[in-house]
Amino acid sequence: MSRPVRPVAVVAFAQSKNVRREDHRNEVEMLMPVVGEVFAKVGLTKDDMGFVCSGSSDYLVGAPFSFVMALDAVGAWPPLRESHVEMDGAWALYEAWTLLQEGDLDTALVYSFGRSSPSQLHKVLSLQLDPYYVAPLWPDPVALAALQAQALIDAGVASEADFAEVAARSRRDAMANPNAQVTGDRSAEELLGDDYVVAPLRRHTLPPISDGCAAIILAAGNRARDLCDRPAWITGIDHRIETHQLGARDLTVSPSTTKAAEVAGVASGSGGSPRVELAELHAPFASQEIILRRALHLGDAVAVNPSGGALAANALMVAGLTRIGEAAQRIMDGSANSALAHATSGPCLQQNLVCALHANPGGEA
Amino acid sequence: MAERCAVIGVGQTRHASARTDVSIAGLVREAAARALEDAALDWSEIDAVVIGKAPDMFEGVMMPELYLAPALGAVGKPMVRVHTAGSVGGSTAIVAAHLVASGVHDRVLTVAFEKQSDSDAMWALSVPQPFSPPLLAGAGGYFAPIIRAYMRRSGAPDHIGILVAVKDRLHALKNPYAHLHIEDISFDMVKDSIMLWDPIRYLETCPSSDGAAAMVLASERVADSSSLAAPPAWIHGMAMRSEPTMFAGRDQVNPQAGRDCAADVYGQAGISEPRREIQVAEVYVPFSWYEPMWLENLGFAPEGEGWKLTDAGATSLDGGDIPWNASGGVLSSNPIGASGMLRFLEAAMQARGQAGEHQVEGVHRALGHAYGGGSQFFAMWVLGTDKP
Amino acid sequence: MSEPVTTLETPIHIDYQFTAGQAQSRFLKGISEGRFLGQRCPKCNKVYVPPRGSCPTDGVATTDEVELGNSGTVTTYCVVNVPFQGQSIEIPYICAQVLLDGANIAFMGLIQEIPADQVRMGLRVEAVWVDKSELRPNLSSVKYFRPSGEPDAPYESFEEYL
Repeated sequence: MSRPVRPVAVVAFAQSKNVRREDHRNEVEMLMPVVGEVFAKVGLTKDDMGFVCSGSSDYLVGAPFSFVMALDAVGAWPPLRESHVEMDGAWALYEAWTLLQEGDLDTALVYSFGRSSPSQLHKVLSLQLDPYYVAPLWPDPVALAALQAQALIDAGVASEADFAEVAARSRRDAMANPNAQVTGDRSAEELLGDDYVVAPLRRHTLPPISDGCAAIILAAGNRARDLCDRPAWITGIDHRIETHQLGARDLTVSPSTTKAAEVAGVASGSGGSPRVELAELHAPFASQEIILRRALHLGDAVAVNPSGGALAANALMVAGLTRIGEAAQRIMDGSANSALAHATSGPCLQQNLVCALHANPGGEA
Repeated sequence: MAERCAVIGVGQTRHASARTDVSIAGLVREAAARALEDAALDWSEIDAVVIGKAPDMFEGVMMPELYLAPALGAVGKPMVRVHTAGSVGGSTAIVAAHLVASGVHDRVLTVAFEKQSDSDAMWALSVPQPFSPPLLAGAGGYFAPIIRAYMRRSGAPDHIGILVAVKDRLHALKNPYAHLHIEDISFDMVKDSIMLWDPIRYLETCPSSDGAAAMVLASERVADSSSLAAPPAWIHGMAMRSEPTMFAGRDQVNPQAGRDCAADVYGQAGISEPRREIQVAEVYVPFSWYEPMWLENLGFAPEGEGWKLTDAGATSLDGGDIPWNASGGVLSSNPIGASGMLRFLEAAMQARGQAGEHQVEGVHRALGHAYGGGSQFFAMWVLGTDKP
Repeated sequence: MSEPVTTLETPIHIDYQFTAGQAQSRFLKGISEGRFLGQRCPKCNKVYVPPRGSCPTDGVATTDEVELGNSGTVTTYCVVNVPFQGQSIEIPYICAQVLLDGANIAFMGLIQEIPADQVRMGLRVEAVWVDKSELRPNLSSVKYFRPSGEPDAPYESFEEYL
């Protein structure tokens, strides 16, 4: 960046309870209480927002222009300064953050929604792939993740037992998260007894299919201090994308995550591990958490996914924004001073975003 | 304070009903490569890529930025995909410009496209929704009743739409990239064409095109130090506004969001009389009657009188004082996701003196405009030959 | 094998299960009973039909149910003459914005029982429902709107809804 970062913070976060199937409410009805909640937390209304940005996907809804109806949950009148990305809400947050850097706006509302239950998800996600050579083969997203997991095993980096550990820990931690969908206290050994869905992935290594939505309010400088006792300051944020062809990537590593963390200024401590107390990593598959930990050089002292992560709830288009929210929440509620949040998009971690958060706008004093 | 931002490179494809000679990646790369060449930059010098297009259901590719990353030199870079309905080409350019204005990046490549021959656009626009009657017959079916309301409100004579349809296709004959080159276009030809959604005739409707548009946006430092074939076009103002599709009392003919967006852009650019202070405008007119309607919405004419400007020939390259859509506009080329960016791009070309046969003389300021959804999303920018 | 491949067709078939949501469900229940039920926004007092759960300008839930009659006014319309895939109505057909009496927003409806060139803004219409036994919780229970025979509504009475 060619100029100093303007301090921008997360001042409020809310999410819906993630469920397997939200049968009674449509997307607008799901969003309204969540948007209402973030406004209530800071005592503001839509009229106070300088900018509104959302993330969602038409293919999940099964209708073109599906983001339009979601605006009703905010009330776009008088006309709003508003935009939308057809991506996880984490990227909508990034857009809002860059806009707030310019200095003429002080607040932004970011929200995203995603219901996976209406569609045949495995088919829908296959449409993310190269439409000429790959998508017509209809590769299942679980199969693709399995390719990646197998590559990890073959490289000697991790084992099925390691995947089960990740799953066991995530589900156990999720028991303290009222919005999580999959929780439970089963040991890794027990989980290893489950059948394969696509070897080497067993059911517990897969994300749940979730319906959910989330919202965050960002505020800059003194405005953030007015609105929140302990804002979660974004000390750095960046995202990078890798090539699309799976065969052209080393699936056992995540260079885009490493690069995004570097640009986001995620500082390394003397042991190589970033000086963060916790990291919310958007790893829909247990095997992917291992890849991300290594890409971020996270030491054992870093608590990973205290919320339970994407293995506990994975509303597409929302889970990435939720990682930022969960990490920020722990700073806002005083249980941590430093955190890192990550979001991913595309098959096998093709695109990654890293957000560094701290209780001080300048980061580590 | 925002950093200054300029357009230093533009590129577009030859728009056509079916580009069977290129894949989707090939289509976008064609436009992007031309923009880079125009900007005298190599792919590696771009900091970030911002891409936009219409709903994924058009081509059946979900989140195409994932597939297109390598084709657009985005590997290892930030890449974002914007989706704001029909205004997307414009809002994509604005999102990209903000990456520069915020100081985050110095050189951003922005691309918008649609490979409409790969899709069934009419179906994609009218995907039957349960609980609703299957009445909607594409965009025209949505806008025709609104046009009828304008005609009633303004008392405009019936022929106004036809004048726009002829004018824009005559302009297109001077634009080698335009899709429709109807050599013998005439008033009677348009008048006699079939009514599709009364009062919109076939020849008053935009075509369905394959095409892509790309621009390179740069910071002041980069723009000043680049050796460019054409001078930079400086952003003097840019804005976006959205309003709900339907609400009680909504004015769909002269939407508030459009007026607010224009007021914001003009305010930033210090413009109080757009007709006098802007020399050329590229405005999103997909159905002929939207020209008089937008002349009013954008403050070029008082409410109810936009049609008089059209009728008098004021918006024509041929003798008009404020040419609108010198490129032929959306009526001559309409790759839906790209159309908004083409308006922004053509405005840049006018400001940079690159528009060749359809260049307007003496341009200091050019307006680019895009709208989408149920006339609810608006994106506009004003470019200038001088730094703001 | 001499011609290069220029296109390939990749059929996509995906099934979706739609959720009407609470507000729309109540509306559709009304439809299955042959009634139009709108909802009023507690903030701006406008009556929305069909309701979608939130007032689009205020962002709050529309709550109070308002039963609307069968009559309304055509505020504007177009005559559709273009064929397209998935179309189920014979062309040409009249697609109109119908403002039901008591509602503050018009919605899309099909007009029949009148030649296309006689449809006009201000035409008074009434809903024609399917037979009672065929009533279902979706808008196909309303066959179409037809002229009610009343004198046209004056322009001033509906111009704010255009």
